[in-house]
Amino acid sequence: MTDITSTLFSMSNGRAADISGLNRMDMPRFQETVINGIGCGLRLAAMFAHETDAGALRLWAILARDSQSELLPLYTDCTGESYPSLTPQCPQAHWFEREIFEQWGLRPMGHPWLKPIRFQSPYRKHAAAAPTTPIGVTDFFQVSGEEVHEVAVGPVHAGIIEPGHFRFQCHGETVLHLEISLGYQHRGVERRLMNGPDSRSIHYMETLAGDTTVGHAVSYCQIMEALSETRAPQRALAVRGIGLELERIANHIGDLGALSGDVGFLPTMSYCGRIRGDALNITALLCGNRFGRGLVCPGGAGFDLDSARQAELLRRLDALESDAASAVNLLWKTSSVMARFEGTGPLTPQVCNEIGLVGFAARACGVRRDIRQDFPSGIYEYARIPISTQDSGDVLARAYVRWLEIQRAIAFIREQTAKLPDGPVREPLGGLAANRLAVSLTEGWRGEICHVAITDDQGRFRHYKICDPSFHNWFGLALALREQQISDFPLCNKSFNLSYCGHDL
Amino acid sequence: MTDLSVLLGPISALVLAPLIPGIINRTKAVVAGRTGQSLLQLYADLLRLFRKGAVYSRTTSWVFKAGPVAGLSCMAVSLAMLPLGGVPGAMAFTGDLIVMVYLMGLSRFFTAAAAMDTGSAFEGMGASREVQFSVLAEPALLVGLAAVALAAGPAGLFDAGPVVNGFRSLSEIYHQLTLSVWANDGAILLLAAAALFIVALTENCRIPVDDPNTHLELTMIHEVMVLDHSGPDFGMILYAAALKLWFFLALLSGLLIPVRSENLWINGISTIIGIFFLAVGVGLVESVMARLRLLRIPQLLAGALSLSALALVLVLWG
Repeated sequence: MTDITSTLFSMSNGRAADISGLNRMDMPRFQETVINGIGCGLRLAAMFAHETDAGALRLWAILARDSQSELLPLYTDCTGESYPSLTPQCPQAHWFEREIFEQWGLRPMGHPWLKPIRFQSPYRKHAAAAPTTPIGVTDFFQVSGEEVHEVAVGPVHAGIIEPGHFRFQCHGETVLHLEISLGYQHRGVERRLMNGPDSRSIHYMETLAGDTTVGHAVSYCQIMEALSETRAPQRALAVRGIGLELERIANHIGDLGALSGDVGFLPTMSYCGRIRGDALNITALLCGNRFGRGLVCPGGAGFDLDSARQAELLRRLDALESDAASAVNLLWKTSSVMARFEGTGPLTPQVCNEIGLVGFAARACGVRRDIRQDFPSGIYEYARIPISTQDSGDVLARAYVRWLEIQRAIAFIREQTAKLPDGPVREPLGGLAANRLAVSLTEGWRGEICHVAITDDQGRFRHYKICDPSFHNWFGLALALREQQISDFPLCNKSFNLSYCGHDL
Repeated sequence: MTDLSVLLGPISALVLAPLIPGIINRTKAVVAGRTGQSLLQLYADLLRLFRKGAVYSRTTSWVFKAGPVAGLSCMAVSLAMLPLGGVPGAMAFTGDLIVMVYLMGLSRFFTAAAAMDTGSAFEGMGASREVQFSVLAEPALLVGLAAVALAAGPAGLFDAGPVVNGFRSLSEIYHQLTLSVWANDGAILLLAAAALFIVALTENCRIPVDDPNTHLELTMIHEVMVLDHSGPDFGMILYAAALKLWFFLALLSGLLIPVRSENLWINGISTIIGIFFLAVGVGLVESVMARLRLLRIPQLLAGALSLSALALVLVLWG
């Protein structure tokens, strides 16, 4: 296939581009470009629509060429209430098209499974928007036949987790199909950001997904810095990197503990629960908040890392490393645990690429996809972190990639703390440029966090699109469960540990 | 056999059974480096539950309410027949072993029926799993005890003869399990004990078969069947579960501890101490291994059945 996207305008991660410099495509050309690009190995990092001044709907697609660190923004204006769907040729667009349909009433013709994803009220009141129903009330894919039964789980779960509805079609204990219905956590963050930013915006970012506070805050700050042409100081970039990696350590450790809890293996579960707390407390050492709120702010970092705290951080990190090693290595040495992890919920690299999986879930399938390597920004431009991959794509691979990432994150933090650049940690932020498009990708602990901002004539957000890694990966979880035992669902689910509120926004 | 010691078995079971989950949990906590809950936690839980009211779903019928009552009564009657090591059961009679196993079956039937009565998909799945695994656990138990009976002495299970009350009952079999039987047929008894231990873990929904602490309704076996019960009903279920655990551990302890002195009190108390040690053993098993994949559980139970069968073969042709 000849790559027709190679001549298109491209931009780097964390930069802004003047929208007037971009060429508007017509719909067939837009379609052809996206499908051709995806066919040539590009990824759909984001797809969204917004209303132009003239009242028409502008459809955007941000393609990511991992191999060249290039981001390709494409747009087209829709004239009618519908357009030919991309999903049949490009499954990555599946949820994006459903989202756009729900928000704007723009119907993708030929979409194989068009239904609401968040049950949110449409953005356009006057349009023939998708009808809103109570959350979770919708058609589900059904299987019929002898001994086939349906199991509905949630939105209220037995554990203390977020709400989501899971509909299993089972044959005995075997899952034939799983459909995931979310939207219970929808708060309307993107809509609230329109005409922003304001003083609340950073706090929305920090609570988009509670466990990815630093990740989303870094993405947002990169957008703000790109739009205002501010350069965050080197020291701040290092502090952000430390914050991001601490967040990764805390979540990975917590999940490894939860995975062993799900298979009833108590020693690792108990210790990891405590060690996760240690990692969160190191974050609290940096900024006074265990989840890193306030650590990252537009223009730099909210807190400096003085030498006393550097020493304390390194001391605690040493303790964490040895504790984590003894707790986690027990997992790989216990055959009854390995028997549960191996071969459970496998995904192939083909499926991974087709649906555009991101983060450690993709790396566990042997796909070398990591924003820190593919689209380095901030501290990762200067300090590379080795990419951890496994190739079996099962629960074991996802667990083991997490363990590798914990170790590499610890080494990275040590290195960055030792050679922390001098200087201030914060630059004053200028005003935002008008009529710009800014794209920011960050490798959060779960995977690629994509923020896209489009500013209007006054430099306010005309549209702000947030794409949490969970948005890409929920469908991966559904596919991983096919032909698996329904009793392995909690284990599989925990191995992905996707965010409900990060998806629902 | 009119000694007051016959009451030791039922009374100790009714009073001490809720201590066993406490011992298991404490063992697990210590191994995992936690402080853990109180040893008497289950007593407090039972007290709390019995003081609460129950909530019933509109879709349930009398079957749902009968489940916990039937479960607890079946366990109480079984305990009346159970020998505590060398101390005969209060209600021992010929063939009581079979009755006990069927009482377990009856209790399971009512629990499963109550679970199905709610119409919940989870509880249906749990009932299906419970019944499936018990099909394999029951023969392992019966064959194992048959091997023990034959090893114990000439008046075995299959010996026809004049029926005397308390004779050729489980109590009689256990009474004959002296140190000399262990000296002669130790291997057979060990095989049967291993099979019995696996059955005990299965029947009491312990790791590696089931996880009594899990909150994940899709993976549960026994726990999921009782999700809809509340208040005193749930209290009865928890109490019956503790009694069942006591029942199986007493069976094992009586087999493993061959104290058959003249003094029945010594016999009984040594068996009770054995039960406590076995509870620690269950806690250790739960601390060092993960749950099996659900598909693998029938293989484990088939393993238990083959151990029992091997014991029986050895005793018949040994």
